[in-house]
Amino acid sequence: MTKKRFETIGKPRRRVDGRAKVTGQTRFADDIVLPRMLHCKLLRSPHPHALIESINIARAEQHPGVHLVLTGKDFPVPFGILPVSQDEYPLAPRHVRYVGDPIAAVIAKDEQVATEALELIEVRYQPLETIASPEEALAKPEPRIHDYGEQGNIHRLQAFEFGDVDEALENSAHVFEDVFFFEGNTHLPIEQHAAVAAPDGEGKLVLWSSTQVPHYIHRALAKALQMSPAHVRVIACPNGGGFGGKCDLHNHEIVVSRAALRLGRPVKLCLNREEVFYMHRGRHPVLMKMRTGVGQDGKLTGMHVQTLLDGGGYGSYGTASTFYTGALQTVTYELPRYKFDACRTFTNKPPCGPKRGHGTPQPRFGQEVQLDKIAEKLGLDPAAFRLNMIAKPDTLTANWLKIGTIGLAECIRQVVERSGWNERRGKMPPGRGLGLACGAYLCGAGLPIYWNKMPQSGVQLLLDRSGQVTVFCGATEIGQGSDDVLAAIVAEVLGIDPYEVRCLTGDTGLTPVDLGSYSSRVTVMMGNAAIQAANKVRAQLAQAAAEQLEVLPDQLAFARGRVFALQDANRSMTFREAVEYAEAKFGTLGAVGSYTPPRSPGRYKGAGVGPSPAYSYTACVVEAEVDEATGWITIAKIWTAHDIGQTINPVLARGQVEGSVYMGLGEALMEEQVFRRLPPKMSGALVHKIPSLLEYKSITSLDMPEMDTVLVEDPDPNCPFGAKEVGQGPLLPVPPAVANAVYAAIGVRIDELPITPDKVLRALEKKAQGEAPRVGPERFPAVPYPAPLQVAPPWEGGDGKEAPDGTRRPRRKEAVAS
Amino acid sequence: MMRLPWFRFHAPTSIAEAARILAAEGPEAMLIAGGTDLLPNMKRRHQTPKTLVSLRHVQELRRSANGAGLALGAGMTLSQVVATPAVRAQYAALWEAAAQIATPHLRNMGTLGGNVCLDTRCTYYNQNHEWRKAIDFCMKKDGEICWVATASKRCLAMSSTDTAPALIALGAIARLVSADAEREVALADLYRNDGIDYLTRRADEIVTEVRLPESAGWSSSYWKLRRRGAFDFPVLGVAAAVKRAKDGTVEDARIVLGAVASRPLVIDAAKKLVGKKLDDDAIAAAGAAAASRAKPMDNADLDLYWRKGVVSAFVGYALKQIRGDNMRATRTRVARHELREVA
Repeated sequence: MTKKRFETIGKPRRRVDGRAKVTGQTRFADDIVLPRMLHCKLLRSPHPHALIESINIARAEQHPGVHLVLTGKDFPVPFGILPVSQDEYPLAPRHVRYVGDPIAAVIAKDEQVATEALELIEVRYQPLETIASPEEALAKPEPRIHDYGEQGNIHRLQAFEFGDVDEALENSAHVFEDVFFFEGNTHLPIEQHAAVAAPDGEGKLVLWSSTQVPHYIHRALAKALQMSPAHVRVIACPNGGGFGGKCDLHNHEIVVSRAALRLGRPVKLCLNREEVFYMHRGRHPVLMKMRTGVGQDGKLTGMHVQTLLDGGGYGSYGTASTFYTGALQTVTYELPRYKFDACRTFTNKPPCGPKRGHGTPQPRFGQEVQLDKIAEKLGLDPAAFRLNMIAKPDTLTANWLKIGTIGLAECIRQVVERSGWNERRGKMPPGRGLGLACGAYLCGAGLPIYWNKMPQSGVQLLLDRSGQVTVFCGATEIGQGSDDVLAAIVAEVLGIDPYEVRCLTGDTGLTPVDLGSYSSRVTVMMGNAAIQAANKVRAQLAQAAAEQLEVLPDQLAFARGRVFALQDANRSMTFREAVEYAEAKFGTLGAVGSYTPPRSPGRYKGAGVGPSPAYSYTACVVEAEVDEATGWITIAKIWTAHDIGQTINPVLARGQVEGSVYMGLGEALMEEQVFRRLPPKMSGALVHKIPSLLEYKSITSLDMPEMDTVLVEDPDPNCPFGAKEVGQGPLLPVPPAVANAVYAAIGVRIDELPITPDKVLRALEKKAQGEAPRVGPERFPAVPYPAPLQVAPPWEGGDGKEAPDGTRRPRRKEAVAS
Repeated sequence: MMRLPWFRFHAPTSIAEAARILAAEGPEAMLIAGGTDLLPNMKRRHQTPKTLVSLRHVQELRRSANGAGLALGAGMTLSQVVATPAVRAQYAALWEAAAQIATPHLRNMGTLGGNVCLDTRCTYYNQNHEWRKAIDFCMKKDGEICWVATASKRCLAMSSTDTAPALIALGAIARLVSADAEREVALADLYRNDGIDYLTRRADEIVTEVRLPESAGWSSSYWKLRRRGAFDFPVLGVAAAVKRAKDGTVEDARIVLGAVASRPLVIDAAKKLVGKKLDDDAIAAAGAAAASRAKPMDNADLDLYWRKGVVSAFVGYALKQIRGDNMRATRTRVARHELREVA
C-alpha cells in the first residue's frame, strides 16, 4: 500500500476523551449512583474444594437493612463465556472449586450492612481433596473438579502436526530441547470490576458494567436470566484498564441483574481488590517443552512444542487459551514443519483466561530464549540469526496462517541500531549485557467466540444540518483509546477535526454490534467498518456539494472542515454547508459500515484459532545489569520497535508500546499469581498467597527503565489506512529479552518467570560448583496427549484440511511423553 | 470496598487530655496518628478498637527541638522528619530510613511515632478476614497456630519498621507518657521478640517523643531491601552507626537489622569493630556476624534464604558508605531511584 498524506491519521494528538479522564470526569461503573439504589456483596467459599451440604440464610434475611438474599437455587442456569465451557454458576449451588468461589449474595441498603449480613449466613461444607497443580491434576483423576472435559481433571487436550516433525528433527544438523515455565499472573487493572443493574419499570433491564465485551455479555446475560435479548441492554462504561480481565461474563453481573429485577430497584456491586484476584481469568501458568531442529544453513527445520496449562477452577476462555499456546509460533520465522500438543488441567484455584497476549507470551518466552541458546551454540549473532529466517510477506505458514505484511526485519534493524548492539554486545563490563527477542501478535481473532457468519464490527454514522457527526459502534473504550481511533478515522475520511466527532460506543441498546475490546481487534475491525460508513456519507456529501460548486463529485477534496474543488480552492464550502445541501437533497443522513475478516485458508478442525487479518511484529533489546554478589537485577534500558503498519495517533500508540513493555517487564521480573498450600496433614487450605495491591508485586514508575520506542510503518492492505494492532504485541518479546540479557550479563539461564534475584544467585552457585548454570523446570511430565491431527503444510501438497483418518501415521512413542 | 468497623472517635488537643482519655477508655481504645497502617488493618479486622484516640490535633507532638542532640515529636509526619535539616545533616540513617518508607503520599500522613510502633507483619496475617478464615486464622489474630512455623510457640510476625533500626543505631531514647506517669526508655528496650506482644509500651502510654544524642564523631547509614522503589515494607533493613577517631579508628559501633525478627535486631558483634579501622576485612567480618544472627522467615516478600544470604552484602553497603566510599550507584540500583531526590 503506498503511503498517503493524511490530515489526522499519524499526527500526535491529545486523545478525544483525554480531558475528562485527567480531570476525573469520566464516569466509570462505580461512579454510577441511581435513586433507590441498593448494594450487593457476595459470600465466597473459604474452601478450595468442597460440596455445600446446606445453606441457612434466615438470619441474614432478617438483618435490618437487608432486602434480599440469593443463593445457588435462584440461578438454575449455568453459564460460561465460550459455548463449549458452560460450567459456571452465578452462585455455586453445590460444588465450590476455589477459595473465593461465590455461593450467596446479600442485597442491602449499603455495603456495610450487606457485609455484616454475609457473616450471618450459615453454610455447612463437605470438604473434598484439593487439587493444587497440573501435575496433581494429571496424577489424580478423582475427585473430579468438573464432570466434563477430556478425562479426570484434564479439561482439554489438543494435538496437531503439520508435516513429519520427528523426521525433520532426525535429519537436522542440530536439535535443541528445552523445558520452560511461565508463572501465572493477573491483569491488575486499577479499576476494580463494578456493575450496576437497573430495571426500567417495564420488566426490562439495563446493566452498566466495566466490561470489555458488551455484546458477548448481552448474549450470555440474556441466556443466564432466561430473558429475551430485546429486554436486556448492556452498557460498557469506560474501563479503568481491562487487559483481558473483563472479557468474561462475571458472576456478579448476573447476580445484580437478577436482584434488580426481583426488587424493582437498581443494585450495584463493586469488587474489592481481593475479589478481583479471585475473579482473575489471567495468564495461565504454562510449563512447556520445545524441541527445535536447525539445519546447516542456520535455519529452523521443525519445531515440536508441548504445553501444560494450569487452568484453575473453571473453563473461562481456557479452550482458546490452550490453542493459543501453540497457534502463533509459526508466524515470525520460516518453519517448514510444526507440531504442538497442549493440555489444560483443572485445579482448585481462581480460573485463568485471557491476559494481554492471550496464551502466546508463554510459548514466545520459551521460543525466543531457546533461539538465543541456539544462536550461542552455533556461534551466531542472535540478531543476524533471526534476520536470516524471517517469514516472508504474503505467504502461508506451516499451520495455514496467512501472513500479509511483515515488518519484523526493520524492527530488528531498528533496535540493533539504536541500542548499539553490534558495537556493545559482548564488550560490556562484567555484570552487564544486552538481550534480544522478537514477537508477533494477531490484529483481531479471525473468528468470533460463537459461530456465525455476521460481521465482527458494525459502525453507524449520523449527520445533521448542525454539522455534527455522531458515530455509533459497539466497540468499548477500555483506556486503550478506541474512541479516539474511531473519531480519527471518521474525521480523516470526512476532512473534519476529530474533536468534532461524537463517539457513542459500547451500548448494546444503541450501537451496532462490535465484538468488543479483545484480541487487538478494534482498530482493524472497527476501523474498516468506520471507513466504509464514512465513505458512504462522504459520497452523499460530495454529490450534493458538487452540484453547488459545479464540479464533478470526484473532483472534490474534504479537508480542514471544508469541501473544496481540487482544481480551484476558491470554490469551496464549509463541511456544515455540505451537510445541509446533502440533507436537503437526500433527506436524513446516515450510513452504516461493517467488517468481516477474510476467510482463513486453514480448513482443519482447530484452524479457527490463529487466523487474523494481519499480524503485528515487535523486536526488543533489553540492557540488564546483574550484581553477582546479590543477584540483584537492574534493567538499564529497553529499546522496542513495533511494526504497527500505520500509526493512527502516535501518542496513544507509544503509550500502548510503553504500557506493554511495562507489563511484560513486570511479568519478567516479579508478577506472579501464586498460591499457598498449608501443610496437607493439618489443612486442606489452598489460598492466593498475596491478593493485595501491596503484596502482589508489580512494577512502579521508579522501577521502570528508560524506554526507547520506534514505530515501524509498513501499511497493511487489510487494515484501515494500513494500521495494525499495538495493544498486545509489544509485550511479547520483553520477558525473553530480559532472560537473554541476564544471560549475556552473567552467563546464567533462568528458564522460568519471574526472573528473581534468588534464582540468579542459585544459578550462580551452580555455575561456581561446575553444574549447568541454569534455574528452571527440570522435567516435563507424562501427559496423555492424543495422536495429533495431521495436516500437511502448504508446501507439502496440503489443502488446509486434515488428512483422512486412515492415512494418519501411528503415534510415535517419544512424541507422547518423555 | 472493604469497610471500617464502627468505632468511637476522640480528638484531644493535648498530650495530657489524650492520656486521660486513653486511661479512661481502657484497653479497648487505640491511638491513631496518621492511620496509614491502622485503618487498612482495621478494614481487615486485625484491630477492632471500640475507641480511637486521634493524636492529629495534638500540636505538642509535632515539634522538633535542637539542644544536646535532637528531639523529634512522635506526631511529626515522616515527610516532616525527612525535611528536618538536622536529621539530614547529622542523622543520615534516620533520614535514609524515613525517606524510603512507603510513598510520598503515605509519608505525608504517616508519623514517626506510628512507624516506631508499627504493627508486625506476616503474609499469613496481613490478609482480609475472609482470607484468614480460609486458613482457619493464625495465633496473631483469631487463631491458634503460627502457620509460618507450625511448631512455634510464639508468633513470628516480622518487625517492619524502617525508622526503629535507624533510631536504635543512633542511640535514641523514647519518651512515654500516661495519665499518671512519664518514663524514658532506650528505644531498643521498647521492643520484644514476639510478633503479638512486640512492644513494651503499656496500652495507656503514648510515645510522645524520640530523642537523639549528640552526633559528634558519629556517621550513620540505613540500607533498605525491598522488591520495588516505593510502597514496600522492608524485607531487610540495615542501620549502622559508627563513631571514629580522627585517624579513622572505630571508637564505637552499632548495627541493627530490621525485618529479620519480631523486633529490631541489635547485632552485638558490631562492638568487635571497636579499635579497628573500617577496612574490607573488618566490614566483611561484621557482615558475616550480622548474617548469622538474621532469621528471616517465609512470611514476607522474596525468598527467605536469599534474604538471609544478602544480609552480609547490605551490612557492607552501610559500613562502606560510612567509611566514605562512593555508594551512589549501588544505592540507586538498590533503592531504584536517587535517594537524594526524595526530599
